[in-house]
Amino acid sequence: MNNNSLSVEEILESKRLLNRKKRLLLLFTLPLLVFIFITFISPIATMLYRSVYHPTVSQLIPLSLAELKNWDEAGDALPPSAALQQFAIELQDLSKQRLSGKLAEEVNRLKPGSSSLIKSSARKLKKTTLEELQENGDSVLLSYSKKWHNIDLWRAVKRAGQPFTDSYYLTTFDLKRNPAGEIEQRDTQIYLKLYWKSLKIAIYITLLTALLAYPLAYYLATAPSKIANRLMVLVLLPFWTSLLVRTTSWIAILQTNGVLNSSLQSLGLIDEPFELLYTQAATIIAMTHILLPFMILPLYSVMKNIDPSYLRAALSLGARPIPAFIKIYLPMTVPGVSAGALLVFIISIGYYITPAIVGGTDGQMISNIIAFHMQSSNNWELAAALGSLLLALIIALYWIYDRLVGVNNIKLG
Amino acid sequence: MSEPVSDQQYVRFVDVKKSYDQRSLVVKNFNLDIRKGEFVTLLGPSGSGKTTCLMMLAGFEDVTSGHILVNGQAITNVAPYNRNIGMVFQHYALFPHMTVAENLAYPLVVRKLPKEEIKRRVAESLALVELDSFGKRYPGHLSGGQKQRVALARSLIFEPSIVLMDEPLGALDKNLREQMQLEIKRLHESIGFTAIYVTHDQTEALTMSDRIAVFNDGVVQQCAAPDVLYERPENAFVADFIGENNHLSGKVLNRAQGLAKVELSDGSVVTGQAMDCPETGEACVLAVRPENLFIQSDKHSFENSIEAEFITRLYVGDFIRYFFKLRDKTELMVKVLNDHDAPSITAGAPTKLTWSVNDGLAFNPPPSS
Ligand SMILES: Nc1ncnc2c1ncn2[C@@H]1O[C@H](COP(=O)(O)OP(=O)(O)O)[C@@H](O)[C@H]1O
Ligand SMILES: [Mg+2]
Repeated sequence: MNNNSLSVEEILESKRLLNRKKRLLLLFTLPLLVFIFITFISPIATMLYRSVYHPTVSQLIPLSLAELKNWDEAGDALPPSAALQQFAIELQDLSKQRLSGKLAEEVNRLKPGSSSLIKSSARKLKKTTLEELQENGDSVLLSYSKKWHNIDLWRAVKRAGQPFTDSYYLTTFDLKRNPAGEIEQRDTQIYLKLYWKSLKIAIYITLLTALLAYPLAYYLATAPSKIANRLMVLVLLPFWTSLLVRTTSWIAILQTNGVLNSSLQSLGLIDEPFELLYTQAATIIAMTHILLPFMILPLYSVMKNIDPSYLRAALSLGARPIPAFIKIYLPMTVPGVSAGALLVFIISIGYYITPAIVGGTDGQMISNIIAFHMQSSNNWELAAALGSLLLALIIALYWIYDRLVGVNNIKLG
Repeated sequence: MSEPVSDQQYVRFVDVKKSYDQRSLVVKNFNLDIRKGEFVTLLGPSGSGKTTCLMMLAGFEDVTSGHILVNGQAITNVAPYNRNIGMVFQHYALFPHMTVAENLAYPLVVRKLPKEEIKRRVAESLALVELDSFGKRYPGHLSGGQKQRVALARSLIFEPSIVLMDEPLGALDKNLREQMQLEIKRLHESIGFTAIYVTHDQTEALTMSDRIAVFNDGVVQQCAAPDVLYERPENAFVADFIGENNHLSGKVLNRAQGLAKVELSDGSVVTGQAMDCPETGEACVLAVRPENLFIQSDKHSFENSIEAEFITRLYVGDFIRYFFKLRDKTELMVKVLNDHDAPSITAGAPTKLTWSVNDGLAFNPPPSS
C-alpha cells in the first residue's frame, strides 16, 4: 500500500460519511415529502384506483356472483338454478334493507330498462318467506316476469358484479359494451369532443398569450430599469387580486349591454350588440388575460439575460434589423417561449373557474364536466376516469413536447 | 467636405460629445484623427467613455454633438448595418445557435454572396485563425481563446476597412491574452485594416498600438505613441496610469528652459523636466519611475539626490523592488534588476537615492489628491 492511494478502510469510511450526509439532507426534505404524498400523490392514486374499481354490486350480491362465476355467459342457457335461487334470496335481503334500488341502478346502467324489473321483483320478494325461496327461489323469480328469462339481463348482472371495470374509461372515449360484451360506439359523442375542444381552447390561449406577451416582454427587457420595474408591478398586479374578481369583471365587460358593447355602440361601430358572454370566445378572452403573466415572466427572464451585443453584432455584420431579429434574437428566446407555452397550455387545459363563470355551455372545458360528475351527477368513478385521462393527455403532450423541443431547453428564470 | 481626404485622416472624431441623460457628458469634446491602417488604442479606467466612443463610431449610439467622419464622409446618419465596420465584442457575441462556420458565413449570407464563394471564404477565414477543423462545432463547445479567434475571424470576413475591438481579451487568462495579442497584431499587419482597440490594460495597449489615446473622465488626456506616452507623459494622470511611478509632492521654486526647480516636502531641492508644471510658488508633483531611481553608489550617481530610509525589499524574480521612506514618510520604490549588482541593505539604514534631471517630471497635482 503506497501513500498515494487510499486504503480500503479509508474508502469505506469516506463513503459512509458521504452517505450519512445524504441521509441527513433527505431528513430535511422529509416533511415536504410527507406533505406531498398526503396532499398530492395519494389523491391521484386514489383517483386512478377509483376510475377502475367499482365494488358496489359485488358487495350487494356476493353469493350470487360466486354462483354465477361458473356460468358460461357466452352460451345461450340461463344461469344454473342454484345461482338464480341465491340471487332471489339476496334480492329479498336487499329489499328488506332498502338497498335493492341501488342494485337496480347499477344493473340498469349496463342493461337499460332493467331497473323497474328489479325493483318490482324485489317488492314482491319481500312478501315471500325465506323458506320458500330456499326451496325453489329460481322458479319464483322467473315467474315474476318473463324478462328474467332474458340472458342479456344475467350477462349484465354478472358484468356489473365485477369489482374492476373498464366501463368508465370506455365512457370517456364515448364507447360502451353492448350486452354481448363487445365494445361499440355510443350514440352521442360527448367526451372526445369535449377533450378536443379543451385542447383547441388551450392552443388558442397559448398562441394568444405568446403573441401578446412577446412584444411586451421584449419591451420590458430592453426598457430602462426604472420603467421596466414599474411595468413589472403592473404585470404582477393580477396575482394580487382574486381570480374570481378578475373573471367576474369580464362579465361586466362582455355582457350584452356591458362595457365593450356599449362603447362600440356609442362609437357607432355596431348596431346590434355582440353576444360575447357565455361563449367560447369569452372563455378564450378571459383566460388569455388571466394566464398572460405566466407567459410574460419566463419570456422576460430569458430576454433579460440575452446580451444586447448579439443583435448589435448582427447589425455590425450587415444584417438589417428585422432579419437580424428573426435570425438571431428569436431563436435565442425559444427557451422562454417554450417554458411560457408549456405553462400556459398545461394550466389552461385543466382550467375550471373561468370557463364555469363566463363560458356558458359553449365555452365549457373538460374540467367543468369533471366537476359536474363530482358535484351533480355523483358519478365519482367517471369523474376519476375523466381526470385520469386528462392527466394522461397532459403527460403525453409533455412527452411529445420533450421530443420536439427538449425539456432541457426550458428556462424559467 | 469636398476637399481631398488624406489617409492621415481616415477616421475623424470632430468635437464629439455624448450624453446619455441630456445632462452630464460622458464624452467631452473628443477629437481624434486616425490614419488608414493604423492601430489605435483607447485606454482608460472603466467608465471613462471608451465603449461609448466605439459605439458611436459603430452606429449603436447617437452622437449628441459633433461629427464622426470616415474617409471624409460624415457617418452620423448612416445605419449601423451600412457602415461596413467590423466589431469584436468583449463577450464575443458569437451566435450560440449557429455553428462556427455558420457564424462566419452570416455576414456573407446577408450580403447575398454566391454559395461557393461563401464556402471558400469561410474555409479561408478558418485557416486564417488556425481553426480549420472547427467549422462544425457550436460556440458553446469552444474554449475562450478559440471563441475569440472565431469572433475575430467573423469581424474580418466581410473585409471591413475598420475593425473595432472592445476589450476583446478581457475574459481570457494572462497567457492566452498574450498569445491573442500577438495573433491580433499578426492579422492587423497582414491584412492592414484600421483598428480601434479598447482596453483598460496598459501593458496590452503599450505592446499592441501604434498610438494610444488615454481617456479619463470623457476627455483624452494624451494621444501619442507608446514610447512617448511612457517617457514623456503630459500630465500626472497619464504618468500614473501608464506604468508605475513614484510621486513626490513639492513646491515649484522656479521654472526656466523647460526645467523646474522643486522643493520637495522633506525639504530637499531637486530639478526635473517641467511638463504641465504650475507657476512658481505653487504645489506640484514630481514623478520618477522606479526603474529610473537608483540607490546612490560609485556606479550610480546623478544630479538629484535625496536621503531616504530603507524599509524592505520585495523579491519579484527578474527584478527586486526596494522600498524606502523619506523623512516626511513619503514612500518610494526602486526597481533594481536582479543581477550581481543588486545591493543588500539592512532595514533602517540611511541611504541616498539618486536620479537624472531628465527622469524627474514635474506636473500639476491631479485634482483628486
Ligand atoms: N446605455 C447607457 N445609458 C446610460 N449611461 C451609460 C450607458 N452606457 C454607458 N453609460 C455611462 O457612461 C459612462 C461611460 O461608459 P463606457 O463608455 O461604457 O465606459 P468604458 O467603456 O470606458 O468603461 C459610464 O459612467 C456609464 O455608466
Ligand atoms: Mg467598456
